[in-house]
Amino acid sequence: MKAYEKVIEKLLLICAVTATLSVILITIFIFKEGISVLSDYGMINFIFGTKWSPTNGNYGILPLIAGSLSVTIGALVIGIPTGIACAVFLSEVAHKKTAKILKSAVELLAGIPSVVYGFFGLSVLVPAIRQFILPIIQLFNEDASTSGFSILAGAIILAIMILPTIVSISENAISSVPIEYKEASLALGANRQETITRILVPAAKSGIISSIILGMGRAIGETMAVILITGNMPKVPGGMLDSVATLTGTIAMEMGYATPEHQKALFAVGIVLFIIIMLLNLFANFTLHRLGGQAND
Amino acid sequence: MTNYEETMELVSLNDNSRKKYYWKNHLFYIFIYLMAAITILVLVAIIGYILINGIGHINWEFLTSEPRSMGREGGIFSIIIGTLYLTVVAIAVSAPIGVLAAVYFAEYAKESKWVKTIRFGTEVLAGIPSIIFGLFGFTFFVIFLGFRWSILSGGLTLSMMILPTLIRATEEALKTVPQSYREGSLSLGATKWQTIIKVILPSCLSGILTGLILGIGRAVGETAAVMLTAGSALGLPESLMDPARTMSVHLYILASEGLSKEKTFATASLLIILVLLINTIASKVVQRFINKAKA
Repeated sequence: MKAYEKVIEKLLLICAVTATLSVILITIFIFKEGISVLSDYGMINFIFGTKWSPTNGNYGILPLIAGSLSVTIGALVIGIPTGIACAVFLSEVAHKKTAKILKSAVELLAGIPSVVYGFFGLSVLVPAIRQFILPIIQLFNEDASTSGFSILAGAIILAIMILPTIVSISENAISSVPIEYKEASLALGANRQETITRILVPAAKSGIISSIILGMGRAIGETMAVILITGNMPKVPGGMLDSVATLTGTIAMEMGYATPEHQKALFAVGIVLFIIIMLLNLFANFTLHRLGGQAND
Repeated sequence: MTNYEETMELVSLNDNSRKKYYWKNHLFYIFIYLMAAITILVLVAIIGYILINGIGHINWEFLTSEPRSMGREGGIFSIIIGTLYLTVVAIAVSAPIGVLAAVYFAEYAKESKWVKTIRFGTEVLAGIPSIIFGLFGFTFFVIFLGFRWSILSGGLTLSMMILPTLIRATEEALKTVPQSYREGSLSLGATKWQTIIKVILPSCLSGILTGLILGIGRAVGETAAVMLTAGSALGLPESLMDPARTMSVHLYILASEGLSKEKTFATASLLIILVLLINTIASKVVQRFINKAKA
């Protein structure tokens, strides 16, 4: 009887390490495929090369990094204030019923597949930018032109996509601030708004920051929405209305027809993406755990 | 400006700073309400726009006929089947592993460095973006193991992606089982494993189910990873080794190549309806689970 229980425990352990083994396997295989390009082409040339043109053997991913960063930063600029406002609304301002509506809305936003966001952006946002935003820009700069496939379109869609991440983690962080903080602040004569902006949000800082970092990771890693609306032009962008290609989009677009050498380069792009995401996640984890420490003090 | 100074100014009935004080307060609430309203509006706009344009084109013929001329005409029957196969493979592989892993974490694992490491590994897996899964699935399942672009390659890749969701949901469910259940069962002479199989798992079945449903939702919506591992062939898949095209891949191809507006909207509507349905079922199950836990 005892032996049989031991065997089961070992079996369960094997299941439990599957996820970790998967991570190791993924790391090994992505690096194995991509590392040769990194070493042959040169790390510096690869990362800081300004020309991505695989058909001519030019594998400089600076334009792709710039593309990913620009849409991500745009998404954060739109998504952070909106997300924190929604989190505050849910945890401090709204009545129970209204909060429930917003909460299910945010959950549904999280459930919509990314390709649907991309399709929405493609059929609504891209033409809207061409028709409405461009004329406004042209008032100030007559040379401005855009196809609508732009950083702006990507940033808006990504902002919507990272909203659920920011809202749910920030709301959790704000709600878990000890009630004494709030009581003390109110007792000292601060009103509700002051209590929120000067006590609750600062006290929930590390949770909010880690929600933002996780949102950033999601934005950088997002593929299908971005691929449909940013135009996929591997050039370092000059403005919000320029087309860009992102790290993820380039991999997904070119994998289907790539030559073996080109494929290896795409795996090398994958390595860069993988490292960026890992660092962001580690950082988010670190800040979140610090929050846990604070709450226990 | 400190609170104190502000208060003193108010006390001194300085009209200007009083106005400023109230304005600040109002602006704050206006901002918060506005952002919440925009968020809800955005959701309504996205779902509304796609459903209004697409739902009229969903009919029996669309659901049951094969796509013709690259999806420009006909229906999406083979694509529905492909989606179904891929999801079934993904769940069939990941469900047992995920549930058993969660059992290990919740019932067996002690707080050691080693357990912390494999917990951390699970978290890391959840954070990996889908395109990286796609690359991995392509080089590992498609090329290295020689499964080619197939339902098997796609399903296995998807199963890795939904594993963390399943583990997390099941572990949360296991945590809600009262300690007294375990003690009761063990004191009656049952072994630990008997307790888990006969007492603990049955009492948190709906929590586990929620995890499974959420996993299905993720598998149905996934595009990038599936495209690189299951291919995008339009034919009706006949075996696990056949390539398949899922609904989200189909939507991507229709949208990016601008093949048929009508079919694109219809496919998008179907996908949205499916995902919303899956999420609603999941939250209903959660609600029932919470009510039961309270009672």
